Amino acid sequence: MTFQRPQFKPQYENYIGGRWVAPIDGKYFEDTSPIDGKLVTRIPQSSAKDIDLAVKKAWEAFPAWGKTSAAARSAILNKIADTIETNIQHLAMVETCDNGKGIRETLGADLPLVIDQFRYFAAAIRTESGSVSDIDATLVSMEIHEPLGVVGQIIPWNFPLLMAAWKIAPALAAGNCVVLKPAEQTPVSILVLMELIGDLLPPGVLNVVNGFGAEAGKPLASHPDIKKVAFTGETTTGRLIMQYASENIIPVSLELGGKSPNIFCASVMDQDDAFLDKAIEGLVMFALNQGQVCTCPSRALVHESIYERFMEKCLPRVAAIAMGDPYELTTMMGAQASSDQYEKILSYIDIGKKEGAQLLCGGQPYKHAQYPGGYYIQPTVFKGHNKMRIFQEEIFGPVLSVTTFKDDDEALAIANDTLYGLGSAVWSRDMHQVQTFVRGIQAGRVWVNCYHVYPAHASFGGYKKSGIGRENHHMMLDHYRNTKNVLISYAKEKMGFF
Amino acid sequence: MTEFCERLAITDAACAVVDQLRARHGALLFHQSGGCCDGSAPMCFAVGDFRVGSRDVCLGDVHGCKFYMSPEQFRYYENCHTTIDVVPGRGASFSLEIPLGLRFLIRSRLLTEAEQANLRPLAVGAGD
Repeated sequence: MTFQRPQFKPQYENYIGGRWVAPIDGKYFEDTSPIDGKLVTRIPQSSAKDIDLAVKKAWEAFPAWGKTSAAARSAILNKIADTIETNIQHLAMVETCDNGKGIRETLGADLPLVIDQFRYFAAAIRTESGSVSDIDATLVSMEIHEPLGVVGQIIPWNFPLLMAAWKIAPALAAGNCVVLKPAEQTPVSILVLMELIGDLLPPGVLNVVNGFGAEAGKPLASHPDIKKVAFTGETTTGRLIMQYASENIIPVSLELGGKSPNIFCASVMDQDDAFLDKAIEGLVMFALNQGQVCTCPSRALVHESIYERFMEKCLPRVAAIAMGDPYELTTMMGAQASSDQYEKILSYIDIGKKEGAQLLCGGQPYKHAQYPGGYYIQPTVFKGHNKMRIFQEEIFGPVLSVTTFKDDDEALAIANDTLYGLGSAVWSRDMHQVQTFVRGIQAGRVWVNCYHVYPAHASFGGYKKSGIGRENHHMMLDHYRNTKNVLISYAKEKMGFF
Repeated sequence: MTEFCERLAITDAACAVVDQLRARHGALLFHQSGGCCDGSAPMCFAVGDFRVGSRDVCLGDVHGCKFYMSPEQFRYYENCHTTIDVVPGRGASFSLEIPLGLRFLIRSRLLTEAEQANLRPLAVGAGD
């Protein structure tokens, strides 16, 4: 199979109430591919009117969808998964075109995880139950779940389909209807997905409205008829979304990123074996998805006794990162997702140099002979200290900041000296040492002797300023529903107060 | 009267975008974002839309716009001079310039010792 830029329609519409609907104001914006900077298609530039329509259609669908049996909802989620699996190669090419990441990642990671997400929540709602307690001999308490209603979801651009699936699957599984706004840099893969799966759902259950944050995101996040907002992005917009939510007194889920520490203990170098090879790959994982991952292991903490020897092995692995045509399976790193992202990453590489960090490799744009109009940056490694801005601010690019530590206490202090707490990892052959780090690190995910693994059955979310709430795992269902308590008395005697 | 050194500047190109946005949205402010995706970049909002936190630090006032960030983030900017610039691009935040196909961005350098000795005192919170 060869992969190539797929065919797109010249223009897409919003998906509202089970139909393709033009934006009410008739405005569109141009969607370009970061691979070559060229036009992909035209996307609706929606306004509050389109959000209002989508919320209305979603509420029309909710009474029936919210009462659909778990078996029926599960069957639909499984059909969605099957349809995606049937079309995986096409969807992978679409995602590569819109986001810029290599086809080996969309085909090998993004899409398989999307499929699994739908299957996981299809299964979860068939196997769970509420709870019943005997409070006393004549009083029974039941905890039952009910969907929230219509929820708003704002999707980021780094894994457009996967982050949409992380939010759509549990929301639909729990019986909610959804109004979803894709990121304006990467809107088209979700629209292509809706062309494939739209008919599998009752009209109005899943609505997709495109546009810019200020024009469509804000009306969605502040809409008085939305019962929850889920957002993945950055802290200032996260605060704004909480501010809007406070006006409506609704819950929010926020996933706001991190500056994840990746800790390499001295025992990693005790043997030259498969595990050492895995640990080296673990350090180079900063380059996965061009570094545009909320859990990017962007801070490597290496024990001082192995620093020289370990980096001697890691840096050639970084240098071996193949930056070819993103449509080739051999390409390891593709384009950054947008021109402003490209500029921001370069500005932080500049900051690193000015702060006095030592540049170990990269540090420049990558001149792509085949795609001179694309946004490519060399994988970059700095050595410095944890107070530097390149250690404290999320660059969201292929930029690794490395420092050393002398003992476990210092490693933990550095690991936790950050505003964030999303991802983290510890690499060690000593399980006692591992446990010290596992319980000492303030983060929602600690990978032990692995990195960048995202099973649907493992919860994902942040400590500290990395956000509120979790994604993945069936606990996520409770982020998308109310709990109703039913107290049933079997006693005929009155209480005796009146 | 003492002339203070400023922590903040803005490019002519960014001023022109501010003027364009102000004509449409009224008074504006900037808030430096952190975290993933479009973070580590300044967000531009209408005054009164974004609620400035009572502990947020104001780095200065350029072209009629105050520039804030959280006090925790400011710890890493104390020794930096910040220039607001604008580049073509498309962010995914709620920042007001994005529909124009533009994105504000900051450029940084370290403050000199002479500048650090004579910095304008910081303001905290939204103030007047």
